[in-house]
Amino acid sequence: MAGTAVRGRLTWQTATVAAVMDETPRVRTLLLEMPGWPGRSVGRQRAGQHVDIRLTAEDGYQAERAYSIASAPGEDLAITVERLDDGEVSPYLTEEVRAGDVLEVRGPIGGYFVWENGFGGPLLLVAGGSGVVPLRSILRHRARTGSLVPVRLLYSSRNWADVIYRAELDGLVSGGVEVVYTLTGSQPPGWRGYARRVDARMLAEVAWPAAPSPAGSPSDGPLAYVCGPTSFVESVAAGLVGLGYPAGRVKTERFGATGG
Amino acid sequence: MSPISRGFHRKRADAPADRVPPGQYVTTDFPVLSAGPTPHTALDRWSFSITGGRETKSWTWEEFRALPTETLTTDIHCVTRWSKLDTRWEGVSLDVLLAAVSYDARYALAFSDGGYTTNVPVADLLGGRAWVAFGYGGAPLGAEHGGPARLLVPHLYFWKSAKWVRGLRLRATDEPGFWENYGYHMYGDPWREQRYAGD
Repeated sequence: MAGTAVRGRLTWQTATVAAVMDETPRVRTLLLEMPGWPGRSVGRQRAGQHVDIRLTAEDGYQAERAYSIASAPGEDLAITVERLDDGEVSPYLTEEVRAGDVLEVRGPIGGYFVWENGFGGPLLLVAGGSGVVPLRSILRHRARTGSLVPVRLLYSSRNWADVIYRAELDGLVSGGVEVVYTLTGSQPPGWRGYARRVDARMLAEVAWPAAPSPAGSPSDGPLAYVCGPTSFVESVAAGLVGLGYPAGRVKTERFGATGG
Repeated sequence: MSPISRGFHRKRADAPADRVPPGQYVTTDFPVLSAGPTPHTALDRWSFSITGGRETKSWTWEEFRALPTETLTTDIHCVTRWSKLDTRWEGVSLDVLLAAVSYDARYALAFSDGGYTTNVPVADLLGGRAWVAFGYGGAPLGAEHGGPARLLVPHLYFWKSAKWVRGLRLRATDEPGFWENYGYHMYGDPWREQRYAGD
């Protein structure tokens, strides 16, 4: 089997918020201190997976949500959360929570939207907004494992101030990662990058050329990971198929407009 | 006993407890979740097959659409925790489709364009509890939601309602499908929160 991501029963464990970092005005990263976090062993987490988070109110009310893991296998657990204004959990995690607060976590979970050395490449990562979170785990895992697989990240944000992990992504450029931004809202003065939604023409310019089909075995050729809002993922995935990417080499993860 | 998350309070209105399973919240949106690109199959190349019985039965789109249809209003529950109430569907009951084959299998593996599969006990497909749906909200089912036709088994988590469904493989044994192979529950009852293996 391609990988049974959940081994045995998943149990809820208490985690303590160790640190809170503002990424953008709407997005925060929480570092979680969790003695039993399996992902601290490289072999027990896969880059791209998610965790379930459970909050309990004083009256016993509970809410659960799934969040992509922002940290790489082998690191302490971090999640990056975008505030959804009508949400119940994300406003708490992005505004209220502070170091020392506790919540419950179970995971890591998910076995398809994951990357490992050995999946071939080159890699094309396409992020819409906070869809960059699981891709950051992949980028960190690639760097930590010394993988030399070529990577291009195409990252669509509304504005420059909404770009998550900007400093970290800048630092990856020297490590052989190409980062291409498109800003769909406003652009800073002198902006020379893309300034529109990801479309077929942009993908044709940025994506690795699809492997010629006679030579390409299903586990060969460019491998794409696309994560973002539903309409973004739908159009990017269709665009990549249009460029000749086999459907099995386009892995998608979608955030609904709701959630939260 | 779960620890209290300081400062966390309920913000959403009380969901009707008899309609919304534990751990779920109600959305009015219709989120899309799938693992890869949306397949598009032309109707003249579409068929629905049931294999693994004493004979294989297959319907073209025209034959399938000539079968008696039902409209139904039901609640759906996604393992990612959204529930959507009072969704309106049109489809062909699995009672009708399975009555066309003779079999003694206890399990079915639904298969779809794009390679997706999911397992459901045959008993859960019978008794007016499962459909192959081609209409949603009074319109043809959109491709992003599984059109031209998807399985609809609303009493199980929605990943069991395979999008772009093309048929069933009837089997004597319960074989995991796509998400089940990645650790999701073999049965997936939302009222028992059977999200992952072992739940």
